[in-house]
Amino acid sequence: MDMIEIFKITLLLLLIGCAIAVNLTRTLLQAVIIFISYSSIMSLIWLLMESPDLAITEAAVGAGVSGVLFLMTLKRLRAENTEDEDAPK
Amino acid sequence: MLNNWKKWLLGDGEVLDDLPAPREIPDLSREKIKEKNRQKALEIENKAWIKRLVRAESRGFHIAYIVIAVLSCIGMIGVLLFLIGNLPNYGQENPRTLEVVTRYVEKGLEETGAVNIVSGMILDYRAFDTLGESHVLFTAFVCAMILLRQDYRNMHSPVDDFRSLIGDEYFDLSKDTILQESGALLGSWIFLFGIYVLLNGQNSPGGGFSGGAIMGTGLIIFAASFGMARVDKFFTRKLFFNLVFLSLAFYNFAKGYVFFMGANGLENHIPKGTPGALLSGGLILPLDIAVGIVVACTMFGFYSLFRRGSIGGKIEP
Repeated sequence: MDMIEIFKITLLLLLIGCAIAVNLTRTLLQAVIIFISYSSIMSLIWLLMESPDLAITEAAVGAGVSGVLFLMTLKRLRAENTEDEDAPK
Repeated sequence: MLNNWKKWLLGDGEVLDDLPAPREIPDLSREKIKEKNRQKALEIENKAWIKRLVRAESRGFHIAYIVIAVLSCIGMIGVLLFLIGNLPNYGQENPRTLEVVTRYVEKGLEETGAVNIVSGMILDYRAFDTLGESHVLFTAFVCAMILLRQDYRNMHSPVDDFRSLIGDEYFDLSKDTILQESGALLGSWIFLFGIYVLLNGQNSPGGGFSGGAIMGTGLIIFAASFGMARVDKFFTRKLFFNLVFLSLAFYNFAKGYVFFMGANGLENHIPKGTPGALLSGGLILPLDIAVGIVVACTMFGFYSLFRRGSIGGKIEP
């Protein structure tokens, strides 16, 4: 087994780990961060599977834009609960 | 006016009595909010069905929930693995799709003029798919706008009102030098990279969708570090809708022309160019630009909607 095989298997294990960890997190912020890391790992896997087009799209959309949108949603949710540090003092 | 002046001169009565009272700013102090939340929690606790739910949870509802979740996950994994087992092996020839794949690989460069066969596929052979994708994205954006857009009619509480009106100015970032400098540096390079990916889609990995998403991310970084007011100066609502409409209309007409000519056995007069050059691939580059503009606009529009409930400029009365 050469290095690239080991790297691939490690990435796949990390992917499964991320997928399980999203379910076990307590706060939404942790879940969002794990989702972003899941997308980054997935884009590396696409690259190793020789589809760079998909890798670029996954990195830009999965890790970039949707992460930002999730974070904005979290901010809005907290603003509507009016209990956190978002509220002006 | 003259009356007020006379009153002020004579020194009797308050001049400001006649003026309309200033709008009240809602009390957002910590104690008030905490008190409100406590009352709300008490109200919720007193409801009967919540009590029942809590009791059920203590009786092992939680454990049952986890067991059911794990079982359904395992069942889903089993179904997926069973289906994957029926697929042909990696790299093995699949007789049902072999014809199309061979055609794409062997004649793709010749027929589309694009070195990147994936671009040739999604914007030439399967251009209708990409057209539908762009429309789906725009439809999703319109739905998000229906749900999230805020104006004076759907602001239900004074707190909401206060937040959306002065929220962006209240949490002003214009004094954070580190954020702005790094945002300018990072955002401009990301935007440039997006343009490169977009324009070079027919020669290297990338294309309309990924390039547009990267450009949208650059815009988002710019807006996050400099505040929405700076972006509103050049990215107005009118520009947004004009760009998206023109891109989609151009895509429709260009691809409609090509399909019409092709279906009727006529020759279309769009030069293919030399493969590998920037201006090559016939219609692929313009279509890439159109898709990229739609994707970048909708990505930034989503961000703008989520952040303050409107696109471009202030909330309309």
